[in-house]
Amino acid sequence: MSTIIRVGMAEYKAAKSPATLITLGLGSCVGVVLYDRMNKIGGLAHIMLPDSTLSSNKNFNPGKFADTAIDALIEDMLKLGINRSNLVSKIAGGAQMFKIKSENNIMQIGKRNVEAVRAKLNQLNIKLIAEDVEGNYGRTIEFFCETGELTIKTIGHGVRII
Amino acid sequence: MYTDLEIDALKEIGNIGAGNAATALSMMLSKKITIKVPQVRIIPFNEVSELVGGPEKLVAGIFLRISGDIDGNILIIISEQDARSLTKILLNYIGDTNCDLPEMEESALTELGNIIGSSYIAALSELTRLSLKVSVPSLAIDMAGAIISFPLSLYGYLGDTAFLIETEFVEGLAGIKLHYLMIPDDKSLKQLLKAIGVSTFEHNNSRRDGGI
Repeated sequence: MSTIIRVGMAEYKAAKSPATLITLGLGSCVGVVLYDRMNKIGGLAHIMLPDSTLSSNKNFNPGKFADTAIDALIEDMLKLGINRSNLVSKIAGGAQMFKIKSENNIMQIGKRNVEAVRAKLNQLNIKLIAEDVEGNYGRTIEFFCETGELTIKTIGHGVRII
Repeated sequence: MYTDLEIDALKEIGNIGAGNAATALSMMLSKKITIKVPQVRIIPFNEVSELVGGPEKLVAGIFLRISGDIDGNILIIISEQDARSLTKILLNYIGDTNCDLPEMEESALTELGNIIGSSYIAALSELTRLSLKVSVPSLAIDMAGAIISFPLSLYGYLGDTAFLIETEFVEGLAGIKLHYLMIPDDKSLKQLLKAIGVSTFEHNNSRRDGGI
């Protein structure tokens, strides 16, 4: 039996095979998986917002933001013994749950989260090998550190493995 | 942190809004509606979806954006089963017995959200003399965690907790529950308190620690 590690909103966790990392009910948030296939070490971050520079509090939890959570997750994974150059990524989430016109772009937070995550991965030279993003529905995701598979479960939109 | 006086004032605002909304809902359904005493909750993001049965629970969520002198969000969460019971009540009254039409059901639920949200905000506006507008409602039927994360995520720029004024509407006979969450934007909370004459004590800058 493998351990199941639950990652809550604004949290990030790293684990070794045979552990499974899960996060429940992703809406506009994005689940970012990083994986070192050689060492079978995985990490999952549940990010809420794109940009930490907009935080009014300078002493923030890095897990909340796309631009800080990925760095923090890599730090934790290095402690478990990854080789940084092995890292690849899979992402899921970033939905727009409600359709409402708004004067500013707060409604599109999901899309902006996805864009910020892609930009950060690109900056760190981490290859994004699979994604299941946007749309208007929630997702529960499970990452298996043993196989590197990411399972995406939805209500009414099927189950996918990427 | 907010003082007891401020919290009480916000509960009272919630009470007046909910009272008006309950009357409107009662007229719409021709059923007796009771409301629970509003609660003001300041809780970590992770715990919010537990309020409505856990992040994976299938629920109907109706979202409305408040704008004007203050800004904020309204989210009404109804369990899937209760949402079905509600649409049955609503659609029977217009003579439509075929409740399998998802479009009709969704439209009925959205309208219900509209009535509740608008009457709540109308009472608030009258009480505070603030000019408030409510957006067209939007409905989603999905996992509670996914539905609730959007209005909360904006609080992430301020800290690690969400601020909610919460009320529950209960329909008498069938025990249908509607979970009503009003989530004012941070700046708007102070304006709301000022508008009803509860002076906000000048908290020093350390208040900006996210403990909203």
